[in-house]
Amino acid sequence: MKSTAISLMLLLAVMGSAATELRAQTAPPLRIVITEGVIEPLPFAVSISATGTEADQRMAADIARVITSDLEGTGLFRAIPQAAHIARPQGIDVPVPFADWKAIRAQALVQGSTRSVEAGIEVNFRLFDVFAESPFGQGLRYRADESSWRRVAHKIADTVYHRVTGELPFFDSQVAFISESGSKDNRMKRLMIMDYDGANPRSLTDGTAIILAPRFSPDGDLLIYTSYETGFPNVFLLDLRSGSRRSILRTADMTFAPRFSPDGSKVVLSLTRGANTDIYEVEIGGQARRLTHSAAIDTAPSYSPDGKWITFESDRSQTQQIYVLRTDYGEPRRISFGSGRYGTPVWSPTGDYIAFTKQLGGKFHIGVMRADGSEERILTSSFLDEGPTWAPNGRALMFFRESPGPTGGPSLYSVDLYGRNLKRVQTPEFGSDPAWSPLRK
Amino acid sequence: MKLNAVGAILAALALAACSGSGGGIFDGSGETGEAGISGDEGSIEQSALRDYEPDSAEYFANLIGNTIYFEVDRSHITEQSVQVLRHQAEWLSRNPNYTILVEGHADEQGTREYNLALGARRAAAVSAYLTDLGVLESRLKTVTYGKERPVSVCSFESCWSKNRRAVTVVEQELGG
Repeated sequence: MKSTAISLMLLLAVMGSAATELRAQTAPPLRIVITEGVIEPLPFAVSISATGTEADQRMAADIARVITSDLEGTGLFRAIPQAAHIARPQGIDVPVPFADWKAIRAQALVQGSTRSVEAGIEVNFRLFDVFAESPFGQGLRYRADESSWRRVAHKIADTVYHRVTGELPFFDSQVAFISESGSKDNRMKRLMIMDYDGANPRSLTDGTAIILAPRFSPDGDLLIYTSYETGFPNVFLLDLRSGSRRSILRTADMTFAPRFSPDGSKVVLSLTRGANTDIYEVEIGGQARRLTHSAAIDTAPSYSPDGKWITFESDRSQTQQIYVLRTDYGEPRRISFGSGRYGTPVWSPTGDYIAFTKQLGGKFHIGVMRADGSEERILTSSFLDEGPTWAPNGRALMFFRESPGPTGGPSLYSVDLYGRNLKRVQTPEFGSDPAWSPLRK
Repeated sequence: MKLNAVGAILAALALAACSGSGGGIFDGSGETGEAGISGDEGSIEQSALRDYEPDSAEYFANLIGNTIYFEVDRSHITEQSVQVLRHQAEWLSRNPNYTILVEGHADEQGTREYNLALGARRAAAVSAYLTDLGVLESRLKTVTYGKERPVSVCSFESCWSKNRRAVTVVEQELGG
């Protein structure tokens, strides 16, 4: 596999005269606070200039397009189309004609410049608070391989998102998922990886064996997943840098539903012996330790961000429900008490919520609740919505939605933490079992 | 791996129809590969169905019946399935040179991981039942496919009931 040998150099931009201006004290702050309430998207403009060839001009337009798509994709920002801009793209160290941007009611301005350099591309940008007529944060410069231009655009959008919302960024991330093709009774299921927005998809397995439910290591370098390549479901570890692959646990039993611990040293998974499925914690390259001991189905485990707890689903109370358990001692405690069945719990990377799949009234839903089971909130509903995965900043979720019937199949969707902004994520074929990566390095 | 559960339905049809005469059956499905209505109006051709070797895996799959079905979210052996498993056990005892893999399956109405565990329960239930009927445990393996390999693809109970199943797959040991 190709590791995007990225030499993404982040240099402090040379500070121009504009950067030394003091931020006006009287203007309202350029700020979006993400809450449950309806949000009026913040109008912004992206203006990227290019010096040099037509290819450089195209690169500038492409970068502007990806920045715009990232920010608009959150539902929190609204781009003012370039056709409406009065000011033309200009150099990075030239005074900004704020009146031109105020006239079209842009509140934020992402101003940038690109040029080809020997090693690839150089992109500079500054974020401006138009009504305050001042820069909003530090100007930044990126140097990267030309092939990494999308990542540069994602990083710029991440910076804007972070400064304006105060939330952690998430655009420079990837999604591993299962690409499905063929008829419903004989699906080919391959492992694929792509950018979070569906760009740059590529296959990691050839489709000869069924692959299920990949998960990233905390550093994003490894994937762990279930494969039927031995004829039985077993957990495998794939190194995305080297392409090397190995079984995680030498056992004659079936293993599935793996997830990494937050420090990457352990994996929690389900192991089936006879009729009974329990949860085990496996040291990478070491021993397995049994965490649950009931005769029930205990599966779909996920660690808390501090690694001290797992959440999992169990039918020990007759139907699927969500439990939490300390990994060092103690008994599982049930936290789901609403009507219906609850499965696939997954702890938010920020620790504030547990996302789940809920079955109620013949439909499937994606929802979130606090780790004590309170504040349950249903975000989606369809014939089959399943398998939530958190954006690296814990403010959005991806999951798959399957349409019914002989020609039905799964597609990836994203939705924010409040159930807003439900969107389909493009995949080359049917797509299921998404796993959102950590923010890339 | 070849998953063959259509066999159960064919077997049921065949068993039901075979009770009468030793002659061939024409059910209009073209199952024989030869039978069909000729161009002349009113003329019907008849030919013999393919016979399976009684000790063959095909015989087991198609005439003994390799598939049993389960209730929603359950893994106990239903009364209707007892007879099929008895026939399976008898055949397996007569044919000790076959290894046995029991596949457990679930319908699409469930989450992926839960259905894997549920399929494992169903396969284990069949394995335990066959063992009780005298099949050596050392010959038996189980695997779960969860909801990954449905045989019926509509999204109604008529299909789901066919997908909640366990399939006993027999394979002749090399040199056996």
